Amino acid sequence: MGLVTCRDAALGYDTGIVVSGLDFTVETGDYLCIVGENGSGKTTLIKGLLRLKSPVLGQILTGDGLKANEIGYLPQQSAAQKDFPAGVFEVVLSGRQSKQGAMPFYTRQDKRIALENLDKLGIAHLKNRCYRELSGGQQRRALLARALCATDKLLLLDEPVAGLDPPATKELYDLIQMLNRKQGLTIIMVSHDIRSALEYSTHILHLGSRQLFFGTTRDYIKTDLAKGYIYGLRGGQNN
Amino acid sequence: MGKIINILSKMMSYDFMARAVIVGLLVSLCASLLGVSLVLKRYSMIGDGLSHVGFGALAVATAANLAPLTVSIPVVMLAAFLLLRISENSKIQGDAAIALISTSALAIGVIVISVTKGTNTDVYNYMFGSILSMDPADVQLSVALSIVVIILFVFFYNKIFAVTFDEAFSRAVGTKAGVYNTLLAILTAVTIVLGMRLMGAMLISALIIFPALTSMRICKRFKTVVICSAAVSVTCFFIGVVLSYRYSLPTGASVVAVNMIAFIFAQLLSLCFYSRASIKI
Repeated sequence: MGLVTCRDAALGYDTGIVVSGLDFTVETGDYLCIVGENGSGKTTLIKGLLRLKSPVLGQILTGDGLKANEIGYLPQQSAAQKDFPAGVFEVVLSGRQSKQGAMPFYTRQDKRIALENLDKLGIAHLKNRCYRELSGGQQRRALLARALCATDKLLLLDEPVAGLDPPATKELYDLIQMLNRKQGLTIIMVSHDIRSALEYSTHILHLGSRQLFFGTTRDYIKTDLAKGYIYGLRGGQNN
Repeated sequence: MGKIINILSKMMSYDFMARAVIVGLLVSLCASLLGVSLVLKRYSMIGDGLSHVGFGALAVATAANLAPLTVSIPVVMLAAFLLLRISENSKIQGDAAIALISTSALAIGVIVISVTKGTNTDVYNYMFGSILSMDPADVQLSVALSIVVIILFVFFYNKIFAVTFDEAFSRAVGTKAGVYNTLLAILTAVTIVLGMRLMGAMLISALIIFPALTSMRICKRFKTVVICSAAVSVTCFFIGVVLSYRYSLPTGASVVAVNMIAFIFAQLLSLCFYSRASIKI
């Protein structure tokens, strides 16, 4: 049994089902990219995987000893965060909030783990800086460090490179690849950047209100769906 | 110096004045702490909406000859719950819905007051506050409220920071963000009802918004913003109330004016600081 398994799952709101026919398994060590047009159900699926939303039909299961609060999540950046007065260390440390339980304060171990993750992402020198004064790429690294504080198993990234310039984008992708290959973290990433998705991922999940494709990236490239999507055509919906 | 002490001791020798100062200081403290989180979460409008709802509730309570606090606190808490829901649900136009609710409550309040004959308080007192309105029950309630708010901020500081900074992440790792939001909204409701008769329904939301914004100009950490905001708020209230006593000015308006001056001062300070910093680079 894999780390995360969707069994014939459908997710939706009161107004109706957003995405259905979800049937896939993510194994430990996979690098899965979720692609699809706007409104295809990517964000809804993320909510389902985070257990913020239970499936209308079918099941979403976690295995390999993955607990629900052991998913490291990198949400899309909200407007409020850009001018938020916070220290970088404070932000990274808040990744340990689920480990606190009823205790009001962070332990020495929490702080050590936060420091290690800052180091791992090469931003230890920014520890005492103010979060809102960092560059976009540095902010994303800090949030990635925070996500690592919550997990050492599965990272869930929602359009992590949105708003970054090309060099910062490449750096972030390389960092995520390093975490996947060297640290053995499983990656699930929602991405609009299909070219980079194909370059870095091992598996692709293509959504269009239902599951259009799930498989290895190598298999995906051969499909008409992929060709249509890459060249900006509305591929897959018609055939 | 001796003159100031003289003014202060004379001011505090009046019972109603001493009560107003105690309630005012505690309410400013609570409002500023809660305000940091509300402003950063982009919920400033909730404070404003709640004060208008509070005005309506107060008017109805007076008309029906009921105790003002026992009626308005539950009503405003309910409104807080509702407004929070509206703000969280982006499908409805949140800010427009809050404006609808607050103006409706205001309209109901004004109508109720105007048709009630024989009330001895006029609309002006509700709108812009009165220093005479605090009774011993207000003092007790404000002490209890401050204790709760301070305990919340000391013991749940890390959770409040996390939920304020990134609610999506907090929810994802299993923190009950909704509980903290509701708690903030309820405590804000009590703070507003308590401070409203003193500061005025039109002016009370300044206590929530100004100190947070002022301290965000000069502080860079969440912790320092929280502490600075509390200090700014309490100091501004005290200066405002002394000025209003000395020069016979309306209390609420004086306190807001002092807050405004503090904000402008902080803004200038941050501009100077930032321009110097940029030269260094």
